[in-house]
Amino acid sequence: MTQSISPNQFTEILSPNLDTQIEVKNSIFRDFLQETLALTKRLFIQLKRRPSSLIAGVIQPFMWLILFGALFFNAPENLFENNITYGQFLAPGIIIFTAFSGALNAGLPIMFDREFGFLNRLLVAPLASRFSIVAASTIYIITLSFIQTAVIIIASAFIGAGLPHLLGLGAIALIVFLIVLGVTGLSLGFAFALPGHIELLAVIFVINLPLLFASTALAPLSFMAGWLQIIASLNPLTYAIEPIRYIYQNSDWSFASVVMNTPWGNFNFVTVLCLLLAFDVVILLSIKPLLSRRFA
Amino acid sequence: MSDVITLKNLQKSYGQVKALKNISFSVKTGEIFGLLGPNGAGKTTTIRCLTTLAQPDSGEILVGGVSAITQPKQVRQKLGYVAQEVAIDKVLTGRELLNLQASLYHLPLSLAKKRIDQLLNLLGLQEYSDRQTGTYSGGIRKRLDLAAGLLHQPQVLVLDEPSVGLDIESRTIVWDFLRQLKLAGTTVLITSHYLEEIDALADRLAIIDQGEVIAEGSPSSLKDRLGGDRITLKIREFANFEEAQKAKEKLSSLSFVEKIIINQTQGNSLNLIVTPKSNPISKIEQTLIENDLPMFSISQSRPSLDDVYLAATGKTLIDAEIEASNNRDLKAEKKQAMK
Repeated sequence: MTQSISPNQFTEILSPNLDTQIEVKNSIFRDFLQETLALTKRLFIQLKRRPSSLIAGVIQPFMWLILFGALFFNAPENLFENNITYGQFLAPGIIIFTAFSGALNAGLPIMFDREFGFLNRLLVAPLASRFSIVAASTIYIITLSFIQTAVIIIASAFIGAGLPHLLGLGAIALIVFLIVLGVTGLSLGFAFALPGHIELLAVIFVINLPLLFASTALAPLSFMAGWLQIIASLNPLTYAIEPIRYIYQNSDWSFASVVMNTPWGNFNFVTVLCLLLAFDVVILLSIKPLLSRRFA
Repeated sequence: MSDVITLKNLQKSYGQVKALKNISFSVKTGEIFGLLGPNGAGKTTTIRCLTTLAQPDSGEILVGGVSAITQPKQVRQKLGYVAQEVAIDKVLTGRELLNLQASLYHLPLSLAKKRIDQLLNLLGLQEYSDRQTGTYSGGIRKRLDLAAGLLHQPQVLVLDEPSVGLDIESRTIVWDFLRQLKLAGTTVLITSHYLEEIDALADRLAIIDQGEVIAEGSPSSLKDRLGGDRITLKIREFANFEEAQKAKEKLSSLSFVEKIIINQTQGNSLNLIVTPKSNPISKIEQTLIENDLPMFSISQSRPSLDDVYLAATGKTLIDAEIEASNNRDLKAEKKQAMK
C-alpha cells in the first residue's frame, strides 16, 4: 500500500471520533436535505451513464400519441367534445399516463438496491429520515416526467392540440407533480413491502394498463358503461387528466372553473387539486410504517 | 477496559427457524473481537441485529451504552459496517460512492473531501477512485468498502466475513489494515468461519454454534483451558467404526491419555488429548502393534481453535461447515437478507 504515511497520520485518519455531540450539532432539516441531494445525485449519475430509460421514456408517449391518434382518426369531429379532434382530446391523457407509468416504476431501482444489498448501506446509515429515499426518487421521477411532458406538449401542439398559456403550463406542472408524488410513494411502498422484483413487476403490470383504461385518458366518462364511470371517477388519474383537458380546451379557465363532472358532483379546479393533495398525503402516511420498520 | 458492545440473551426466529437461540457476549473498547462459527450458525443474523438492520425477538444490544433497539439512529452513527457481499453501485466511481456515503453520515463538505482523500490514499485507491466500481476486482472493492465504512470515524467497525472471496494478497492487505485500525484505537468486530483468520487477528472471540455462544475468551485462554496436547490418529485412511472403537478402548488404558473422541466424519480418526510433555507417540504405536491394529498416520499438536470448537460441539468446524452447506436453503436465506 502507501509508504508515504507516517504512523501518526495513520492514527489521525483511523482513530474513532468519540464526540457524542455530533447529532446535536447538526439540524435534522439540513441532514435531510444533504442526504436527499446525495441520493438524487446518484440517480442522475446513473441516468447520465445509462440514458436508455430516458430515451425510451420520450419515445413511448410519442408512439401513444401517434397510434391512439390514428386509431380514432376518422371519428366524427364532434364525437368527443365540441369541435375538437381526438388528437386534442388525447394529449392530456397521454401526459398523465406517461407521468403515472414513470412514477409507478420508481420502486424498481429501490427493489434492485434491496436485492443487491445496496439498500443496507442506506439503512445502516443514521439518516435523518428514510423519507429522503422517497424524496430523492420523487425529484428524479418529476424531472423525467417534466421532460416527457414538455415533449408531449410540443408534439401535441404540432398535431393541432394547441398550446396552453404560461399559467396553464404552470398548472399542468403542478398537477403532474401531485400525481407523481403520490404514485412514487405508492411504488416505493410496494418496493419495501413485496418480497422481490418479480412480485413488484407483477403488481406494476396489473396496475398500469387497467388504471389507464379505467380513466378518462382515452375516452370521456359519457362513453363508458355505468359501472366503469364510477371506477373512473374514483381513479386518481382522472382527477389529474380532467383539469389538464379543461385547460387545453378553455383558454379562459380559472381556479373556480368546474373542470370535472362525476356521478357524485361537479368539482372546480381548486377542489380537484385538494383531492390530489389528499391522495398524496394518504399514500405517504400509509407507507411511513413500511419505511421505518426494521426488516423482520 | 470498558465494554463498547454488549449483547445479552439475544433471540430471533424466522418463522419456525430459530436463528438465534441465546447470544450473549461483549466486546471491549479497542480490541479486535472475532465471532467464529460455521455458516448458518447465526453470525450474520447477530450482526444484522447489531447494525439495526433486523429487530431481535428479545434480548438487549448496547453500543457505547446506547440501546440499538430503542435508539437505532444513535447506534448507526457509532458503527461502521462492511457487509459480506460488497454492495456497491457499479455505475458510480469509487469517489462518487464515498461522496454519497459521506452525505448519508452528514459529514460537512470540506471534512468529507479531506476524509475521502486521506482514506483513498491510505488504502492505495487513488488510481481507481475515478473509475466506475463495476471495473474493480474483489480486493479493490473490499478496500473501497473499508474506506466507506470508516469515513465517519466510527467507534466500532463491523465486518461480516471480511476475507470471503478475496485472494491471499488482498486478504493480507485487509488484515494488516485492520491491525492498523486497532492501533489507532478503533474497535473491530469481525465474523468469520475461517479459524486462521480469527486466530491471526482476534484479541478475543466468541464461538457461535446453532444460534448459541458456546465459548468466549482470548484464543490462548480458550486453548489453555483445554489443557493437554492433541493427537490425531488414523489407524487406516478410512477405518470402520468397530475397529476405531477397539483402538479407543485399548488406548484409553494408557496413563497419559486424558480423553479420546472418534471423529466419524473424518474417516473414524481418533482425536486424543494427552498430558503435555508425555512423549506419547512411541507408546501409542507400541500399544497398537501389541493389539494387532494398523496405523495410517499420527500427528501431535498444541490445541488449536478447531480443538476448542471440537471440544464444545463434538465436531470440527470443517464438518459443521459441510453439514451446514448441505442443509442450507439458499432461497430462504436470500429472502432473509433482503428484508
